[in-house]
Formats: sequence, C-alpha cells, structure tokens
Amino acid sequence: MSALSIKGLTKSFGPAEVICGVDLDVAENEVHAVIGPNGAGKSTFFNLLSGAFAPTSGEIYLHGDKINGLSPDKIQQRGLSRSFQVSNVFGNLSVFENLRCACFKQAHAGYVFWRPAARVREANRRAEEVLEMIGLQALRDVPAGALPYASQRALEIGMTIACDAKVVLLDEPTAGMSNTETTQAINLIRQVAEGRTLMIVEHDMGVVFELADRISVLVYGKIIATGTPEEIRNDPRVKEAYLGEEAA
Amino acid sequence: MSQDIIAPMQRTKSRTSLRGLVPWVVFAAVLLLLPVFFQGNSTAFTLLNVIGINIVFALSYNMLLGQGGMLSFGHAVFFGLGSYAAMHAMIAIDEASYAGEGFWAHVPVLGMPLVGMIAGGLVALVLGWPFCRRAGTAFAMITLGLGEMVAAAGQMFPSLFGGEAGIYGNRMVGPQWFGLELAQSSDVYWFIAFWTFAGVFAMWAFTRTPLGRMSNAVRDNPDRLQFIGYPPRNVRFMIFIAAGSFGGLAGGMAAVNYEIITPEALGLIPSGLALLMAAVGGLGVFYGPIVGAVVVTLMNSMLSDYTDASILYVGLVFLAIVMFAPRGLGGGIEQVRVAWRDGDLGRRLPGWLSGALAVGLIIVGLVVLIELAFQATHGSDEFAHVFGVDFDAAGPWGWLTVVVLLVAGGLIKRATNKLREDQA
Repeated sequence: MSALSIKGLTKSFGPAEVICGVDLDVAENEVHAVIGPNGAGKSTFFNLLSGAFAPTSGEIYLHGDKINGLSPDKIQQRGLSRSFQVSNVFGNLSVFENLRCACFKQAHAGYVFWRPAARVREANRRAEEVLEMIGLQALRDVPAGALPYASQRALEIGMTIACDAKVVLLDEPTAGMSNTETTQAINLIRQVAEGRTLMIVEHDMGVVFELADRISVLVYGKIIATGTPEEIRNDPRVKEAYLGEEAA
Repeated sequence: MSQDIIAPMQRTKSRTSLRGLVPWVVFAAVLLLLPVFFQGNSTAFTLLNVIGINIVFALSYNMLLGQGGMLSFGHAVFFGLGSYAAMHAMIAIDEASYAGEGFWAHVPVLGMPLVGMIAGGLVALVLGWPFCRRAGTAFAMITLGLGEMVAAAGQMFPSLFGGEAGIYGNRMVGPQWFGLELAQSSDVYWFIAFWTFAGVFAMWAFTRTPLGRMSNAVRDNPDRLQFIGYPPRNVRFMIFIAAGSFGGLAGGMAAVNYEIITPEALGLIPSGLALLMAAVGGLGVFYGPIVGAVVVTLMNSMLSDYTDASILYVGLVFLAIVMFAPRGLGGGIEQVRVAWRDGDLGRRLPGWLSGALAVGLIIVGLVVLIELAFQATHGSDEFAHVFGVDFDAAGPWGWLTVVVLLVAGGLIKRATNKLREDQA
C-alpha cells in the first residue's frame, strides 16, 4: 500500500482552478520531490494535503485512510506533518520549548495542567533528541524569533518531525540558504528521510536531484510527468515546460 | 500585539532548584512580616486586603492577555459571579449554622474563595466555547459584549443579584478555623494573605505545565499550533476556563473581605481595572501584574488624599507606560535583573539612572502643571500644593517652574539617549 495516494484532486478559488486533477501515489519510505515553475500550485498542493485548505474535489488517502476534508490537527494526528516555506515558529518561546510543544501531542500531554512540563518524560526526551539532530543544542534557550535564518529553518524542520510522523512534507526547506547551509540542510533531510516517507517542494535543482527517489513536475495545477530523476531530466515535456523556461 | 511586550519572558530555566525557591520564601516572609509593620493600623490592613484581591485578579487576567494572547474586556464577569457565588454560600452558612444543621453548617468561611473559583470556572466552561474561536479583535468585542450583558442581567434578577443595592453577607459565621475570627481587617488579612499566596503559586505553577506552555504557543502562532496537532480553539478554551476560575477565586476573596457585592462588580469598570493593572505591571513577566496591582491599588486609594485630580494621574500613568514602556514596570525590573545577572549592570546603570532622572523631572513638571491648571480653573484653594511646596496659580513663578522642569527633563533625556547610543 502506498503511504500517500491522491486521486483526482482539484482546488478552485472562485473561478480560478489552481489544482486541476492531480493523481499521485507516493510509496512507503520514498523521497518524492514536487517541482514546477512559480505559480504552478505547489504550495496549494501541500496546503491541500496537510488540511490547511479543503479540496474542491478528489480524495487523499494516508496509508489507506481517507484524510481529505479533515482539519490540520486531525491530519497531523494521523501521521502527516508539514513544514512551512516561511519559518513558522513560536517566536517568544525558546528553541527547546518550541520542540517540546511539538512533542506534546504524541505524549498526549498538551492539555495537561496538573503536572509540570518538565515531568512529561516522553516529550522532553524526544525534544532533546530532535534538538541534537538539528544541531541547535547551543541555542537551546534562545527565543525562536531571535534565531539566525538558517537555524530557524532547521528548527522548522525539527518541529515538523518532532511528532514522529510517518509522512513528512517539507515546503522549500533550503529556500534562501547559503551553499554551506544548504549542504547542512541536505544532511538533515537525509536523516529525516530514514524510515519515513518524505515529500519536498524545492526550487534548488541540485537539492532535488540529490535527494529525490522520484520527482513529479507540476505545471499549471497538473502533474505533467512523474519519474526517477534520470527520467525527468530526459523528459522532453519537462524540458519544455520547466527546465526550458528556466534556461530562457 | 507587539513582540516587545512579551519577549523577555522566556529566559527561564526548566530545572527546579533551591534558587527557584528564593522568590517564594521572600514572598511568604513579606506576607508574614507586613502585619508587624502595620500593627493597629486598620486602614493599612484594609488597603493590604484590597491589594491581595487585586493581585490575584490581575494575575488571572494576565493568564488571558499576557500568557494566552487574548485581550478581554469582560474578565470582571468571572470575578463578580465568583463573588456572588461565594456570597450566597456565606449566606447559606449563616442560615445553616443558625439552624444548627445541614451541609453548609460545616463549611468554614475561609473556604469561600474555592466556591468562587468553582463558580468562575463553571461560568467560563458554559459561556466560553463560542468566544474562543478567534483571539484578537473578535475576542475583545465578544468579551466586551459579555461583560455588558451579564452586568445588565445582574439588574434584571434581583433575587439572585440583589438589584442595584447588591447582596450582603456576614463573614463571622460557621465553623471557625485556626482561631481566626475574621472580625477586624487585620484578621481578614491572614485569610487574604493565604489565598493570595496560594493563588499566585497556583498560577505560576500553571505556566510551567504543558497547557501553560501551549497557551504561550497559541499566543505566538495559532496557525502553527494546528500543525503540531492542537486546534487553537481548544487551547484557548482551556486557558479561558483557567483564567475564569482564578478570577472567581479573587471574587471569593472579595466577598469575604467586603461582605457586599453589587452588579457593578460585573461590569466594564472592574474589567478595565484588570487590564490597567496587568498593563501597568507588564504583561510579559509573570510577576508584572503583581507589581501593577500594588501600584494601581495604592494610586487609586491614596492619591485622592493629596489631589483632586487623582483619576487623571492613574490614566496618565497608564498612557505613559503603554506608550513609552510597553513592557511595564515588571519589564523594567526584569531588565535590571537580567543585567545584574549578566554582570552588565555597572555599564548600563548610568544610562538608566539619568533616564530615570529625566522622567522624574518631567513627571514633577507635569504634576505641577496639572495642579496649577486645576487651581487656576476651579480650585477651592488659591495655591497648588505639590510635594509640600505652595505654588500660586495667579503668579508667574509656578508656571515658570513647570517650564524649567520640563526643559531640564527634556535636555537630560536627550543626553541620556546620546549616552546610550555611544554605549551601544
């Protein structure tokens, strides 16, 4: 069974149809990249999968369970977690606190008011683990809003995986990063991908070809091709619609 | 809400250690020692009791605004209804102990704040769900409506709320615990001190729990909260109930202290007082509203002995703090504390002191100006008395003093800004 299965997905905003019938299957433990020119609908596509918007029509199955139309928190509980293109953290909370808050759901502790957060062992352990994984131990107590850009992006990814979701969507994880930072981010994403199904929207083709098992090309709300990086590189339609346009 | 207001809050360490106990020992010591200083001075005890009630009220309000990012104009509803519930319970105790039987005959008046707390929490539980869908303007408007509605309802059901006159109770009824008679305000002080300490501690402990953390998260970024698995509305609703409970606790304390409660206590004025105290003290530091409650209560009750324009001064302090020191008095204290901890105090102190001097001069100048203007227009006295000096509103010297003070303050402020720029 595929981790994520999308059938006939459409989304219209008024008369404008932004996603016009997407069918896609993402296999378990696959790293699947979604590429496409600006305005192709990549972010909308992620918003539909994560429940930020409800689809106009079509179905989304997560490990065989229908999730379309559910609210974001329900979808997160079913095991699909996402990051954001623009860093979207709890600005006044410390880095550690951000991660710990992201761990509360799994520990069933978010509504707990009869014992200290420090005693919710599972959440603290997991938060420490993720903190180490994203390499921000030194910035543990810094308010997330005061972090340098690249660290905030790392925290963004950390919060996304803290809940241990089996399917993770990363929206342009390396956008705006320098070369060194991008290399670090790629290493982090590789670590994240272990034992998980990963979908990435990314503009940096270097990152995409390095990480992805398969690539889908989204143009004007339609997937025009899906395949291995090799197939995509040699696909004439893709060249015309995407790479050609970028070259020009 | 601007980020500055809240930023300094999250520097706390999660480890509990002996050092964490220090503020609580100091707090308890202050509560225990205050009666020694004010022995026999019943006015002072009356004032201390009001301060205690207001501390709990302001802190419970800050659970909404400072911690949860929800600006409420109706918090007095929980205070007032908690107070009414406690008052009815007190009346029940009175009647039951007169008859010598029944459940209420065994309930001490000392426990009334718990009755208020349960009532406040229940009211929030029943009313809160539709309010918590959004924070921000929508929430502010809805709570404003709630406050006015409940205050109006208070007039409509005289059997429950006692009409305009309110309802009375007697606190010297029922079983007496710890030999506390509750006759004088100095007796009531121990009751207030206990519940103030308990309330403050419980609200502090709340900030350390997962839900307390989630309330900061929903304040900072409600959209993201959904994607870590929690609907913002649920978290807001839980905060709303908690804040309502502690507001009710303060109301229960008030019922015992005043032995009277009127529907006015449900309305906009006491709700505004909560906002005023929290904002003056600082929303971003836990102890901010405590400082605010002390300062505002003292100003409200003592200034009128010295000036006819006392209400104006309270308003001006609020304005000045919101405009020039959005972190409030507590934020200022916190800044000094952090600088002291980081060994930075020696370097920054001159700038702060000269800034304080500038502000002080400007304030004195404004005070003289206000008093002069007041005497010039409709004063009963020929002179404006300011800090023991008499200024003649008809002559030029008073007005000249104002100009000198304001200009001196302004110049020192400019010099201070330059000093701080050089340091930075």
